[in-house]
Amino acid sequence: MARAVVTVPAQAKRGEIVEIKTLAAHAMETGFRRTQLGELVPRDIIRRFTCTYNGVEVYRVDLHPAVAANPLIAFTTTATETGTLSFQWVGDNGYSVTEIAAIRVE
Amino acid sequence: MTARAARLILALAAARLFVEPAAAGEIPSSERRSGYEFMSRETRAMQDDDTGNPGTLWMLDGEALWKRKAGTADRACSDCHGDARESMKAVAARYPAFDPALRRPVNLEQRINACRVGRQKAPGLAYESKDLLALTAYVARQSRGLPINITIDARTRPFLEAGREAFFRRQGQLNLACAQCHDDHWSGKLAGSPITQAHPTGYPLYRLEWQGLGSLERRLRGCLTGVRAESYPYGAPELVNLELYLMWRANGMRMETPAVRP
Repeated sequence: MARAVVTVPAQAKRGEIVEIKTLAAHAMETGFRRTQLGELVPRDIIRRFTCTYNGVEVYRVDLHPAVAANPLIAFTTTATETGTLSFQWVGDNGYSVTEIAAIRVE
Repeated sequence: MTARAARLILALAAARLFVEPAAAGEIPSSERRSGYEFMSRETRAMQDDDTGNPGTLWMLDGEALWKRKAGTADRACSDCHGDARESMKAVAARYPAFDPALRRPVNLEQRINACRVGRQKAPGLAYESKDLLALTAYVARQSRGLPINITIDARTRPFLEAGREAFFRRQGQLNLACAQCHDDHWSGKLAGSPITQAHPTGYPLYRLEWQGLGSLERRLRGCLTGVRAESYPYGAPELVNLELYLMWRANGMRMETPAVRP
């Protein structure tokens, strides 16, 4: 099950700085580990996380093999207008998860 | 006193820790502490905040599995048990519990698998598999904040005593008993990490070292390997007896599932 959880305040005042938290289920296999038989475990990580606010990119992260499993990404943005925040995680082996959250700005 | 003499005294003191017979033994209830209290501020914050606690990912999977039909009986957990938030409240706090059919205590994972095989007519889930951990975490989450409540009667007493005996028995190449660390030296450190009191309040829990969720049996097997003892396979009666003793020992402490530990 590819799963991700996002936490966004349901409503905010215009101009307010809001905190957004995201949690994605992913093993983040580094590609440097070996099995007991000495075979390399292939790398399997999330490569990129992006957040768009009404279609405009507001936050982006490039992830690397040193990031822990199930990465928690927390950041802030300014609440400008009512609309949707879209979150996308893209990674190795065709991993792709998209989540959407609504925010109401008064 | 020369530096050499000081070193000798230190070495002797360290050796005494593990050579002397176990002191008074069990921790008085006023001094009992959850592993939570030994953690850093950051790790506590991770556990307390559902939006940042990675255990939430397993919980949500467990919630989905609870409602999914499985097996030839084509029934979901929720078809018999309804809403887990009501029907599973405080259930995990009384496990391991006596199973009249097997005539011995079973832990929560075994209880879930018994239901899967017996009622849903589905193949049992493997120990430590994602699905079994997710379902166990979801069921145990319904006891969060509630006191552990193991009742011992004539049927379960022999198993409790067997678990207690295992806790105080020296084992492995290091010849250590659980009690020597967890009863006698819980305020100390081992390789820089705090030695805790071994109260299983938050299982299954997310361990940062594991980078994932794991059961109490996984923890016990890790500890057994640590003292260079041969560990029991998952689901072994010896492990369940020890789980029963540890949960009984933590009676009255609050459940924290899904907890986070370093």
